[in-house]
Amino acid sequence: MVNNNKTIKVSAPITVGVPEEFWHNTELLSKMLRYMYLVRYFEEKIFWLFAQGLVHGTMHLGIGEEATSIGTTFALNDDDYAYATHRGHGQAIGKGCDLDLMMAEILGREEGLCNGRGGSMHIADFSKGLLGANGIVGANGPLACGAAFSCKAKGLDRVCACFIGDGANNEGAVLESLNLAAAWDLPVMFVTINNTYGMSTSIEKVTRNSDLTKRAIPFDMPCYEVDGNDIAAVYSTVKEARARAVKQGPVMIVEHTYRISGHSKSDGNLYRSKEEIDHWKEKCPIKNFRRELLQRNIFSEEELDRIKNQAEKRIDKAIEFAKNCAQPKTEEVLKNVFAE
Amino acid sequence: MGNVEITYAEAIRDAMSEEMRKDDSVYLMGEDIGVYAGAFGVSRGMLEEFGPERIIDTPISEAAYIGTAVGSAVTGMRPIAELQFSDFVSVCLDQIMNQAAKMHYMFGGKINVPMVIRSASGGGTGAAAQHSQSLENLYAHIPGLKVVMPSTPYDAKGLLKTAIRDNNPVIFLEPKLLYRVKGLVPTEEYLIPFGEADIKRKGEDISIITYGRTVQMSLEVADYFAEIGYEVEVVDIRTLVPLDTDTIIESVKKTHRAVVVHEGVEFGGFGGEIVGLIADKAIMYIDGPIKRVGGMFCPIPFNPYLEAEVLPNVERIKKAVWEALGDLK
Repeated sequence: MVNNNKTIKVSAPITVGVPEEFWHNTELLSKMLRYMYLVRYFEEKIFWLFAQGLVHGTMHLGIGEEATSIGTTFALNDDDYAYATHRGHGQAIGKGCDLDLMMAEILGREEGLCNGRGGSMHIADFSKGLLGANGIVGANGPLACGAAFSCKAKGLDRVCACFIGDGANNEGAVLESLNLAAAWDLPVMFVTINNTYGMSTSIEKVTRNSDLTKRAIPFDMPCYEVDGNDIAAVYSTVKEARARAVKQGPVMIVEHTYRISGHSKSDGNLYRSKEEIDHWKEKCPIKNFRRELLQRNIFSEEELDRIKNQAEKRIDKAIEFAKNCAQPKTEEVLKNVFAE
Repeated sequence: MGNVEITYAEAIRDAMSEEMRKDDSVYLMGEDIGVYAGAFGVSRGMLEEFGPERIIDTPISEAAYIGTAVGSAVTGMRPIAELQFSDFVSVCLDQIMNQAAKMHYMFGGKINVPMVIRSASGGGTGAAAQHSQSLENLYAHIPGLKVVMPSTPYDAKGLLKTAIRDNNPVIFLEPKLLYRVKGLVPTEEYLIPFGEADIKRKGEDISIITYGRTVQMSLEVADYFAEIGYEVEVVDIRTLVPLDTDTIIESVKKTHRAVVVHEGVEFGGFGGEIVGLIADKAIMYIDGPIKRVGGMFCPIPFNPYLEAEVLPNVERIKKAVWEALGDLK
C-alpha cells in the first residue's frame, strides 16, 4: 500500500459547530427523533420481553446512547459500511436494518436477519452495509480496516465506520488497527462511544490518562470530540469527519455519553451510584433533542408526542411480527457451517 | 502439455500468480512478502509483477492484517494472507476463530468469507519452540475453517488454486522443510478438489494414513517394507477439513491394519480423530492395534539432536508398522 498523507500532524481534538441549516431540515429532524425513539423502545421492549422469558440468552442495552448511534449512522452515506459493537441495536437500526427482521432475530426466529443463528450480539445486514455487531470487544477494528481496504482497492467513495467503546480502546486489535489504517490511509472512522465504563470498570481506573482523544496523536490521525448526548453535534461532527476520511484516510471520533441501562441482564449497578445514573437521566439525549426542537419552535409538543407514539407502535408491530415467525428447524442446524 | 519440475515453494507461487492474473480481487499480504519475498522466498518476483497495491507488506500486527483480510473478504476481495510462521496464530486467533470461521453461519449464510491464510508449519529447522509447531489440529477443531496441508508440489499448486477460489476461510499449511522439495507439475492448468485423499502408494497389507511432511517418510517406510515382503498403502489425506473419510475406511477395510502418522503432537492430535473414525466405521475389519506416530508431548527443543528426538521419523514409523502388523510378523 502507498501512503500519501505522511504530513498530517494533529494535536488538539477538533470540535465542529452545528450549522444553522441543520435546524431547517425538518424532515431529517423528525426522522432523527423518530429513530431515537425507535431505538429506545426497541431496547426497553426487548428487556421486557426478556423478563417475560420470550428472549433467550443475553443482550446489551445502550439506553442513553441513542444520540451516538443515530447521529453517527445518519451522517453516513447509505452505501457506507459500519461495524457495530456488542451494544449495537441502535447502530443497526440507524444503519437501516429492518425492525421486524431485527426483532425476529432477537427472538431467534428463522425469518430474523441472521436466521436466528446470531441473536442480539451478531446482528448484521449486508444489504444495508451493516457488516455485523461483534461479541468480541475491539475485534471489529481489524475488520473495519478490511472493509475500508476494499473501498480503497476498488476506488469506491465509501468509508467504514467502526463503533468501539472506551473499553475497546485498550484492546491490542484496536491499537494495531489504528496504526495499520493510518499507515495505509484507509477510509476508516474509529468512533468511540465513550460511556466511561467497560462493563463495570471505569475508564479512569484502567488508564493513566482517560482522555481517549489523545490516542489519535501517535498515529497522526485527526480526532474529533463531541458531546454524545447532543445529536445535532454528533451528526454535524460525523458529517465533517466522514468527508475528511473518504479523502484523507482514517479519523477518530470520541463521543462522550453514558449508559443509563446496566451492562447486561446481570448488572446490579454495584459500581456506580443512583445519583450518578439520575444525573445522566436528566441529560438524556432524547429529552435534550426534544427540548431543543421545542425551544426553536420547530415542532409542537403534540407533534413530538405523535412521533414518540408512532415509534412505540412501530416497535409493538415488530414484536407482533417476530412472535409470529417460525422457529428454525432443528434439522437445519448444520446448514451454513460452510458456504457453497 | 507435459510436466515441469518445480519446488514446493514455486508451486505455491505459481498458484497465487495464476489466480492473481485471472482475478483482480485476489491479493497477497503478509510480513516481508514484498521485496524480501517472504521468510522462505515463496513470493519471489511477485512484487515486480503485481506491484505494491496487490503484494502488500504489513506492519508486524497479525491481528490487524489477518482481520483486514477478513473484512476485505466480506466486502468483495479474495485475500491471501501469509502468516510467516504458523505459531503466530496465537496473536491473531480471534480474527480466525471468532470472526472468519463463524461469519457465514452466524449471519445466517448471507455473507461469504473467501480468504486463504497461508502459513509455514512444522519443525526441523532449528527454529525452536515458538517457530516450529504443527498446529493443524487447532484449526481443524473450529467449525467453519477448511484445513489443507499438501505434501508435494503437485498437490500444493492444485490445492492452493482451489483454496483461492473457495468461498470459505481456508487454512493452508506449508511444512517448511518441503519448500525446496522438487516434484513434477503439469504445465496445463489443473485444480485439486478438497476432501479427496490421494493414495500415494497402493498396498494390501497395512495402511499408513498421513499428511504433510510425514507423507514422504511414510513412502520411505513403505519402500523398506516392500523389500521384506509387506505392501504398505500410503494414504495422504491432503485436506483435514473436509476429510475424505471414504478413502480412509476403504483402505483399512482392505488392509485390516492401520498406522496414523503426523508431525503435530500426538496427544490430542488429529490422528486421534482418524483412529476414532476407523474404530467407529471399520473396527470389525481391523486385525491389529491401530498405531499412532506424532510429535512428542513437548515444546520443540532448540538442540538439533533433541529436536530430531521429539519429531516423528522413519524409524518410529517403522516401529509402529511392525507393531500394527502384529501376528503377521
